Amino acid sequence: MSSAIVVRELHKHFGQVRALDGLDLDVAEGEVHGFLGPNGAGKSTTIRILLGILVRTSGDAEVLGRDPWADAVALHRDIAYVPGDVTLWPSLSGGETIDLLARMRGGLDVTRRAELIERFELDPRKKVRTYSKGNRQKVALVSAFSSDSRLLLLDEPTSGLDPLMEQVFRECAREAAGRGVTVLLSSHILSEVEALCDRVTIIRAGKTVESGSLAQMRHLSRTSIRAELIGDPGDLSRIAGVEDISVENHTLRCQVDSDHLGELIRVLGDAGVRSLVSQPPTLEELFLRHYSLTQGLRPRDPQVVRR
Amino acid sequence: MTTATFAGPVGRAETGRGASEFTGTWRLLRLYLRRDRIVLPLWVILLSLPLGSVYVKATQKVYDTPEQIRSFVHSVNASPAQLAMYGPAYNETSGAAAGLWKAGMFFTIIGIATILTVIRHTRAEEETGREELLASTRLGRLANLTAAMLVACIGALATGLLGALSIEGAGVDGPGALAFGLAMAGSGIVFAAVAAVAAQLSASARTTRGIAFVVLAVTYMLRAIGDVRAVNGPADPLSWLSPQGWSIQVRALSGDHWWVLLLHVAATIVLTAAAYALLRRRDVGAGLIAERPGAPAASESLAGPFGLAWRLQRGTLVAWTVGLGLYGLVIGSIIHGVGNEIGNSKSVQDIVTRMGGAAGLEDAFVTTGYQMLGLAAAAYSISAVLRLNSEESADRAEIVLTGAVGRIRWAVSHLLFALLGPIVVLGVSGLLGGLAYGVASHDVSGKLPRVLGAALVQLPAVWLFAGAAVLLFGLLPRWASLAWGVFTAGMALYLLGSIAGMPQWVLDIDPYSHLPKLPSAPFAATPVVVLVVIAAVTLGIGLGAFRRRDLR
Repeated sequence: MSSAIVVRELHKHFGQVRALDGLDLDVAEGEVHGFLGPNGAGKSTTIRILLGILVRTSGDAEVLGRDPWADAVALHRDIAYVPGDVTLWPSLSGGETIDLLARMRGGLDVTRRAELIERFELDPRKKVRTYSKGNRQKVALVSAFSSDSRLLLLDEPTSGLDPLMEQVFRECAREAAGRGVTVLLSSHILSEVEALCDRVTIIRAGKTVESGSLAQMRHLSRTSIRAELIGDPGDLSRIAGVEDISVENHTLRCQVDSDHLGELIRVLGDAGVRSLVSQPPTLEELFLRHYSLTQGLRPRDPQVVRR
Repeated sequence: MTTATFAGPVGRAETGRGASEFTGTWRLLRLYLRRDRIVLPLWVILLSLPLGSVYVKATQKVYDTPEQIRSFVHSVNASPAQLAMYGPAYNETSGAAAGLWKAGMFFTIIGIATILTVIRHTRAEEETGREELLASTRLGRLANLTAAMLVACIGALATGLLGALSIEGAGVDGPGALAFGLAMAGSGIVFAAVAAVAAQLSASARTTRGIAFVVLAVTYMLRAIGDVRAVNGPADPLSWLSPQGWSIQVRALSGDHWWVLLLHVAATIVLTAAAYALLRRRDVGAGLIAERPGAPAASESLAGPFGLAWRLQRGTLVAWTVGLGLYGLVIGSIIHGVGNEIGNSKSVQDIVTRMGGAAGLEDAFVTTGYQMLGLAAAAYSISAVLRLNSEESADRAEIVLTGAVGRIRWAVSHLLFALLGPIVVLGVSGLLGGLAYGVASHDVSGKLPRVLGAALVQLPAVWLFAGAAVLLFGLLPRWASLAWGVFTAGMALYLLGSIAGMPQWVLDIDPYSHLPKLPSAPFAATPVVVLVVIAAVTLGIGLGAFRRRDLR
């Protein structure tokens, strides 16, 4: 399988600030690739370099076999981009904007356009001035998904969408992948990435920390458990994959990887449980755990990091 | 950053007192003064200190005998071009008064400053949505508009008082200096109120500025026509329809008609009350002009950067063409016969003869009138260039440039308006002016080309300003709006150029001074070519720099 995006040792400096500090990224053609990182990690900077909007300080970048800075115009015929914060022309209607954006790329599929407007429940006659943030985002998404692009660069595309529309977005992204379109999805919502992506790249402070398939990164998908206990389940550390155990009064908190979730639940059920809450850890929690975020930075109180 | 400073005082919001429509005005005023801490002092100083140090002193130096002053004043009142541009001169004995007469343009310029100040804190804030955030705090409905008006009034009064001190410092009687300062402040405050009303009408800050500037231009023209018609007799009714006219009728140093200032006060009160009434009736973020639904799909023409630029810029181009076209029409219709209406006294006739007879007067009028038009066209051109900058800083350039659109192509799509737009604007204005002049003098074929030439010969200077703006946009995108500073400097040079005693090298910086003074002087190709080449080079450097830099 050939590569849609190849990035090696990418550096981008803004004055003294090193926004990107040796970033690597590989996206195969036809895959949905998750691009993860906390705020300020350099996701948007990377995407803007891949779009030829920013000049790279050093390193290599290749998109669909071309140099994103030198061949920007030819390249953009095959790319559709949706920024996280969509600003459009207030005096144009939504429908006009969808068409304009698509025509400035490689054109669009009219049937798909009509169908997507319907699914995203967008009123194309309204002026952009009167749209909410979510509706502006829908305009950019409809335009991107109805275009005939080979590569979709989506930079936190669901930040303004409600849960129903987020669902529609996921369906559309899957359909795009089904048509053979490559998708690079930047996000800090792990569940979204898990639902859509074949492989993910995780970056922090302008560097790639880890890259691989979700299966390889199984250890990432830990679930955090909070249970109010009736009985005593004994020493839980005997179960493999359970970590960070703490018991206070009758409340148990711990982390468990998905392979051993069933076993833990069984043990807890045998001991007796009054209530049980399980939730996937936030990305930041994962970072704290696996990549010691604080390394090289000022020591931080984890409470503060979690807000 | 600004909201952080704002957050402080909110904590100690007045408690116990009943909340009124003005609650929070004081806190907002402090916020706005902080936001304007550089711009406001700048315009206050630029519009006040030169009055005494440059205008009064320079004129006194040149005209120091009573005979010279009298002759100067007679020549002013004999020249329709001077009357239209600055208004009549009323004092035949004071050199200082003659100097202040030249500063008559300040009554209009201060209006530009106060209009921009008010709209920056009202409609522009509303358009970005920041106003909504503020409105959700403990703020009265009228607090924002009131605070914005207060900032503009403080600026205008400071300008007036500093100006009065500066004039007094040049050796002028206190009361006369104060009268001039207050006349200037008064005009500024009236236009702040005009802007306050305009800000209620449209949801777009751009349109709001347009409406306010149209009012400023129309009142300027009313005064110009009125003053030309009145010669130096009693003021014409048209002059009394204009705030700038009132300021001239205060007649500082020429009898100090203090009561005229009441007109400024009354107009301000009426306009502010109207703005309040409109504000009470509308939603935050909305204008009185309702938003209509648009097309569900884009037309054939909206297919790329050029179609988009046309959609974005056509309204502004049409507005400027109509506005300056009307200006041309007005100039054209009053030129004919100006030389004959000046009066029959011996000294005036002498002056007219010295200026090249009646025909020479008419030519001078055309030259001056279209030089002003050239400045206005430069303002249009700069605003068209800066559209690139505002599109970039609003991240909309990014949206276009991530399509299959090269940077140069996108930039050119807007620059077409900056470069060709002035041809349209000046051409239409010259055509209408020439036609009106030709019809009045029964000589269309003779007058039309002369007037059209006087209009179009301004183009190289206009393009030079556009080139400077592109250069800033390419090299120093953060400071691109400095192009307005360049324009202000150009305007200042043009105005200072009319004051005797300025060093020649200063006057040489003004591009307009190098252009052939059509129609009275013959056409000369060299200065035109040189200016066009400089404009092209700056434009090229700016575009080259833009292609190589990061988008913001």
